[in-house]
Amino acid sequence: MSVLVFVETKGKISKAAKEAVTYGSKIGATTVVTFGDADASALASLGDNGASKVLVCRNLNEGNDQQLTKLVAAAASECGADVVVVSQDQLGKAVAPRVAAKLEAGHVSGAIDVPETSNGFVVKTNVFSGKAFAHVSVSSSKKVISLLPNSISPESTGGSAEVADFNPELGSAGITVKEMKAQGEGVLLPEAELVVSAGRGLKGPENWGMVEEMAGILGAATACSRPVADIGWRPHHEHVGQTGLAIRPNLYIAAGISGAIQHLAGVNGSKTIVVINTDSEAPFFKAADYGIVGDAFEVLPKLNEALKAFKASQN
Amino acid sequence: MKLLVCISKAPDTTSKIAFTDGDTKFDENGVQYIVNPYDEWYALVRALELTEANGGTVTTITVGTAADDPTIRKALAIGATEAVRVDAEAKDPYFVAKQIAEYAKANGFDMVLTGKETINYNGAQIGSMVAEMLDQPFVSLAQKMEVAGNVATLERDVPGGVEIVEVNTPFVLSASKGMAEQRIPNMRGIMAARTKPLNVIPAADVAELTSVVSYSMPPSKAACKYIDADNMTELVELLHNEAKVI
Repeated sequence: MSVLVFVETKGKISKAAKEAVTYGSKIGATTVVTFGDADASALASLGDNGASKVLVCRNLNEGNDQQLTKLVAAAASECGADVVVVSQDQLGKAVAPRVAAKLEAGHVSGAIDVPETSNGFVVKTNVFSGKAFAHVSVSSSKKVISLLPNSISPESTGGSAEVADFNPELGSAGITVKEMKAQGEGVLLPEAELVVSAGRGLKGPENWGMVEEMAGILGAATACSRPVADIGWRPHHEHVGQTGLAIRPNLYIAAGISGAIQHLAGVNGSKTIVVINTDSEAPFFKAADYGIVGDAFEVLPKLNEALKAFKASQN
Repeated sequence: MKLLVCISKAPDTTSKIAFTDGDTKFDENGVQYIVNPYDEWYALVRALELTEANGGTVTTITVGTAADDPTIRKALAIGATEAVRVDAEAKDPYFVAKQIAEYAKANGFDMVLTGKETINYNGAQIGSMVAEMLDQPFVSLAQKMEVAGNVATLERDVPGGVEIVEVNTPFVLSASKGMAEQRIPNMRGIMAARTKPLNVIPAADVAELTSVVSYSMPPSKAACKYIDADNMTELVELLHNEAKVI
């Protein structure tokens, strides 16, 4: 099968992009399409994840759904793609279903594994906010798959991809970007492998220093529970749960969060969960791999010391 | 303003998730259906606020069977002008989007609003597909919107931050948290909803491109391993050697 992977390459090649290219190359011969001003050597490095060719549209610098859909559709036609793979981040959510509609392709959202092709084309997906999986069969000849970040690990093949400019007619953008408010430095939560999170148990925004310190030691992203975002202790983009972000890190450390079902919906795809809570009856312990019954104000500083010692021993 | 809001039903967030018929169907036994929160709290309520301020109508559209009518009545009770139900089971997102797009094309709306995703299938597909079918811009994951004349200014989530964008009507948007506050229907709204039009229309002939062949559950977790609060070195060792995550 011939595969086209659409990735965003702002400045550097993201982990999500490497994952999507690795995923595509497990399905078939993979071409990548991207846009913007990333340098050619960075783009060629996607060959290491299995891409043979990278098509880059230099005429476009800002992602907008209508022009990107035309770009991806033109690239799919150029390389004769049967399958289009897109990482399911915020941009992927805007573009991938639109591409599927344009190509009249069946669309699989929330894929977490490579397609099973022994009998048709069936993709395992996350549904019910991670509480279950659906196995979705695609019957159309063309297929679009949105891959959840952190579902497979990027693999290295040692290859290098050919990079070619690709500038099809894209029409006009219906949306004008007036301003971009960046959320600041640090690891982006949706693709973070390690996440340190805290809730109301921390009693106030001034006590987040120890959470941020841990994130710094681990190279982790910070997250929070809904009440904490609602009362303004933490920014909304950190809110994980049913109405916030759903994340799938390797490690999720939660301090002072009781673990209501709505919070679990956002984090139960995590590989390992550590829960720190004073209440031994907190429901979160049922979903945890490791539990510490104790006061976050005492446990977090001790854990930070232990992590620092561990990091020092690794160097 | 003439607005179209896409409404889907979803199981209450506290529902037990189980499957029947050899794991091919969602077990509805004891499940309470609600209006999908993103459709209701954010898309529908913001649409109502806009028409209350500027005049106009809010039509809701649902692709579903008679089993969806109670949730559609709830949307009417909250304040929608009228409701349309495309009489078909909603299985494949392309099929659903096509039904909505056909209706929107035939009736002409200034804006089509959806929730950012349903809380059961988490697909986040319908708004984006409808926009393509209507050849209109799609503002995804919008958390704020102001409208002046035919120009809308929205804030939306993008990778690494928030973008402020401007778009002319007509367009399609998906609404996330922040767009509006939940409204509880009052008795007058509930009474009025009984007599508001709920038009059932036949589905257009559209092929389904995907289908769910089965469901499965994540493997159950081993019991939580408790570690003494004074022994964080042990936790770090376990995370490194046993879980292998640091």
